[in-house]
Amino acid sequence: MNDTKYQTLNTKHQKYLTLSGLEPLVVTPESNFINVGERTNVTGSRKFLRLIKEGNYNEALEVARHQVEGGAQILDVNMDEGMLDGVFAMTKFLNLIASEPDIARIPIMIDSSKWEIIEAGLKVVQGKSVVNSISLKEGEAEFIHHAKLVKRYGAAVIVMAFDEDGQADTYERRIEICKRSYDILVNQVNFPPQDIIFDPNIFPVATGMEEHRKNALDFFMATKWIRENLPYANVSGGVSNVSFSFRGNDTVREAMHASFLYHAIQHGMNLGIVNPALIEVYDEIDNQLLELVEDVFFDRREDATERLLDFAETVKGNKKDIEATVLEWREHPLQERITHALVKGIDTFIIEDIEEARLASSKPIEVIEGHLMIGMNVVGDLFGSGKMFLPQVVKSARVMKKAVAYLQPFIEAEKDGKQEFAGKILMATVKGDVHDIGKNIVSVVLGCNNYEIVDLGVMVAPEKIIETAIRENVDIIGLSGLITPSLDEMSFVSKEMEKKNLDIPLIIGGATTSRAHTSVKIAPNYKHTVVHINDASRAVTVVGNLLKKDNGVFKEEIREEYEKFRNQFLKRTREKEYLTIEEARKNNFRIDWNITEIVKPKQLGIQVLEDFDLRKLEDYIDWSPFFRSWDLHGRYPNILEDAVVGEQARELFKDANLLLKRIIDEELLEAKAVFGLFPVNTVNDDDIELTIENCHAEPVEASLRDPNNNLTFLTLRQQSKKASGKPNLALADFIAPKETGIQDYMGCFCVSTGFGTEALAKAFEKNHDDYNAIMVKALADRLAEAFAEYLHKEVRTNYWNYTQDESLTNDDLIKENYKGIRPAPGYPACPDHLEKKTIWKLLDVEENIGVELTESLAMWPAASVSGYYFANTEAKYFGLGKIKEDQIKDYAKRRGITEDEAEKWLRPNLAD
Amino acid sequence: MRDIKQDIQKRILVLDGAMGTMLQRYKFSEEDFRGERFKDYPTSLKGNNDLLSLTQPEAIAEVHRKYFEAGADIVETNTFSGTTIAMGDYNMEDLVYELNFESAKIARKVADDFTKANPEKPRFVAGSIGPTNRTASLSPDVNRPEFRAVTFDDLRIAYKQQVEALIDGGVDVLLVETIFDTLNAKACLFAIDEVKEARNIDIPIMVSGTITDASGRTLSGQTVEAFLTSISHIPLLSVGFNCALGAEQLQPYLQRLSNATQFYTSAHPNAGLPNAFGEYDQSPKEMQVLIENYLKDGLINIIGGCCGTNPEHIKAIADVAKNYKPRMVVSV
Repeated sequence: MNDTKYQTLNTKHQKYLTLSGLEPLVVTPESNFINVGERTNVTGSRKFLRLIKEGNYNEALEVARHQVEGGAQILDVNMDEGMLDGVFAMTKFLNLIASEPDIARIPIMIDSSKWEIIEAGLKVVQGKSVVNSISLKEGEAEFIHHAKLVKRYGAAVIVMAFDEDGQADTYERRIEICKRSYDILVNQVNFPPQDIIFDPNIFPVATGMEEHRKNALDFFMATKWIRENLPYANVSGGVSNVSFSFRGNDTVREAMHASFLYHAIQHGMNLGIVNPALIEVYDEIDNQLLELVEDVFFDRREDATERLLDFAETVKGNKKDIEATVLEWREHPLQERITHALVKGIDTFIIEDIEEARLASSKPIEVIEGHLMIGMNVVGDLFGSGKMFLPQVVKSARVMKKAVAYLQPFIEAEKDGKQEFAGKILMATVKGDVHDIGKNIVSVVLGCNNYEIVDLGVMVAPEKIIETAIRENVDIIGLSGLITPSLDEMSFVSKEMEKKNLDIPLIIGGATTSRAHTSVKIAPNYKHTVVHINDASRAVTVVGNLLKKDNGVFKEEIREEYEKFRNQFLKRTREKEYLTIEEARKNNFRIDWNITEIVKPKQLGIQVLEDFDLRKLEDYIDWSPFFRSWDLHGRYPNILEDAVVGEQARELFKDANLLLKRIIDEELLEAKAVFGLFPVNTVNDDDIELTIENCHAEPVEASLRDPNNNLTFLTLRQQSKKASGKPNLALADFIAPKETGIQDYMGCFCVSTGFGTEALAKAFEKNHDDYNAIMVKALADRLAEAFAEYLHKEVRTNYWNYTQDESLTNDDLIKENYKGIRPAPGYPACPDHLEKKTIWKLLDVEENIGVELTESLAMWPAASVSGYYFANTEAKYFGLGKIKEDQIKDYAKRRGITEDEAEKWLRPNLAD
Repeated sequence: MRDIKQDIQKRILVLDGAMGTMLQRYKFSEEDFRGERFKDYPTSLKGNNDLLSLTQPEAIAEVHRKYFEAGADIVETNTFSGTTIAMGDYNMEDLVYELNFESAKIARKVADDFTKANPEKPRFVAGSIGPTNRTASLSPDVNRPEFRAVTFDDLRIAYKQQVEALIDGGVDVLLVETIFDTLNAKACLFAIDEVKEARNIDIPIMVSGTITDASGRTLSGQTVEAFLTSISHIPLLSVGFNCALGAEQLQPYLQRLSNATQFYTSAHPNAGLPNAFGEYDQSPKEMQVLIENYLKDGLINIIGGCCGTNPEHIKAIADVAKNYKPRMVVSV
């Protein structure tokens, strides 16, 4: 249909109802019936009402989106419910719609019986909307007043056939009220007649009441009269009313809707509300049923109603039976249903079940302490006995959180209704660090076990941790971090805790933390308990033991265990032998520079990739670490078939791909990269110097000439004594020394897929969905790694172009079966995080792609990867291992920092 | 006083060009902006062009004169930012009435002088009403899409004050322009309608939207037709587009607008698209050729220039506009 075509309108008369969202909707005689989407109406949809009551506007928006995708041409929004602040809800929902272009595309019908809600809606829509509705019910003065305002706000209007004496229920009353309304609007208010839509009231038929016999027929006739006698006016109606007396009998209802709509359109109804799920195709209605229905509509037989009722009895069996069997568990007793929902992580019915439990309990708090805790105990037992896995537990937590969120207002309404927690735990990622996946998982798992979590987030200063711990009177402090400088930071926090005389147990966790580090560097600083935990399932046990009343023995055991470990550890490290740095340099790795192949990069200088299509990264994802982050251990893809965790892994993998697809399709995350390829040479054994003269990249040249900019890469050399013939490696060994006179090359890069992660995770958290909040971050991390892999390949085969005929599978890539390496500062070959500063300066990373460095040199957003490119065929990954005081001294000099500072940054690698 | 509604039927009316571009030529310093009256004002005032109507009224009058000399029929008052909302940047909310009133008076005086000198060509003053610096249907905070930095009522009240002052100062037409968010414009039209009713007057209204880029939509996301539909509930003298695009890029949207509306149409495009330095370098001659395409296609009733245009451009446009008949409007 050409209902949105404008081309000819100026030359013809333009008295068609014209509405707009981001796009126009013109209702011409050629238009099909205009269907109004009505699921975003709290009076008509229980689901929508629940979503709005819960404040779950995100999902409410999905309802709207679903309507638009389902073909609605106008979106009816109604917030008339006693418990709701209608003005607030209407404003907020319409504002949210305005930021969703695929929904805002169509015009809005602002639906309310309260003028203040209508006016609130009119103040936030930029398009031309429809007011639903005004009428003469409260008299002419108010009718005129409202009509004038509707016009001034620039909207069309639905006018109900209603006046001071009530609703029009006969043909005569309908046309009398519509005529009177029309005359007032057109002649007194100057309302454009094409912007008037009459609703002449669709009432139920076949009710058995004599006065309802002509309800359908009168509507048809009134519609026809309006269209013939009130120029340019339109007619609308809510069709499902007509079948009201057949509720529960979908076969009859669907036939009635189809037939009624067909005839109403024939008589001139041009827009209205029809639930697409409740309508049959007119031509497919059973002939006998159709005849019976139409007998009723047109009042063709004295016994029409009886005949339709008799027929209805014979078709009572409903289509929806199949669904019922699937949801058999819904028939179980309440507690079983709640436990089932928690164990299976199903949140579809949890609110109604919780409401039922609440009504059955004397206090709402009992639902948490009773029904929900019984269910969560089952979850805890299954998890403890290895029958449930972490992703499932996080899903259970999501259900739990939704239930608790629902109960919260009721609990607060009670005087002494405070939830009793098993303990209060402060969680924080330490200063300078941004990684929080592990911390969030532990928080969720503890939360499910009825601990109250005070989550301070990421990059939390020590003062804030201590101050909050005291103020909130917490029972345990949990610290997390991923990068090596965080180890120092944790140690610092423990010292501060001692200084402030705290006696709160301290839990340490995070990827680089270890029992060794905790026992050697943290525990000695603090008189009270310090425990290292590296997986979420152990957190519950440890916390439980720590908070037991008679926990003296447990604490003592830990202390002894850590002391023993510390002593062993310190003894062990002393036995190692080291070379001096000079000796190590003499035993460096030697490449024969005269025969090795050096390829000059096709393109020198800096390049930036923006608006990168995430789809390209899917194939480069290394899934194994993803499963590891959820405590599922095994290698992908074998893990999917694993006898123990296979089922869980498949489930998790499915959920991950679902979210990944959404992220890609809706471009929820942004991928950016910057990289540079430069002429370099090794100088003074361990330093790699950029050769400025030959560099074509102008911006780099400029910054390099600035004497304040130190743009030399400093590498560190292995110092432990090697078996005979094995070299002491440094990355500098892979670059041609300056004295060879051979120009060599290297590169560096930073990629990020983290832009958008935070907002997305927050949105999930707001919706009590920690499962997906954690998932987003875990996926963003994987995408960043995939991007680094992808970019490395592009550099090898394209930008640098030193391997032309590379054809590797993803598995090859993960196994690093290619020529050249991309080591990252902070990782084993080059644990020196300070090198990131050099990369940032050289590539102008922050300016170019917006990735920032924290004071501990963590990258923000967290889902970022940076590193170097070495192309030499001999270049390989290695671990630096421990280094000695003499190298630290030498390094501090090269770096131009104090020895203390050098020690601070390299402490994890320092041999003592 | 002549009625613009009569003149618009007879010929293509020429609107002036950019005010800002002309004022830059004066190279006014902070002290010039302040003048004697605001010399101790606590906020930096350089860049507050509207304020020049009070501190450098002669310069404003001179710009108006140059445009009239170039052949413009209508000049716009120097009030693009004359609302409490936009003036908030300079803490000058209290001056809003005076700024608009005085700006209107300056333009009125110049226009009357020209009309007196040549009664055959009456000159008109359009009260320029800018979009303010806030949007009513977009959130400035991506993390809070439901948030709005300004509400319909904030805008309605602010616009009402500006409209009252412009009318009191004697403008012939109100020009709601550079509309990037239609909801802002609707608030303005609401305010104008209230003033018209309260004063029982019928002042003509021009509405001019901004198509921000090649997407063919306003900043707030509407298509040409959706924009038109959203602002057509109040009787308008004209509807059109200005700013953001040059004459060439604007033409297809103008064509669609012209097809769809029974109001008169207007356009005041920029002097091309900005070059790498953010400057507009389309010459008067180049722009004239592009504008002539509008005229040949009968798209236009009011034509002028926006960013980067100066009296030479307007002269080039006026020279060619007088050779063509105005766009025909079919009334119902």
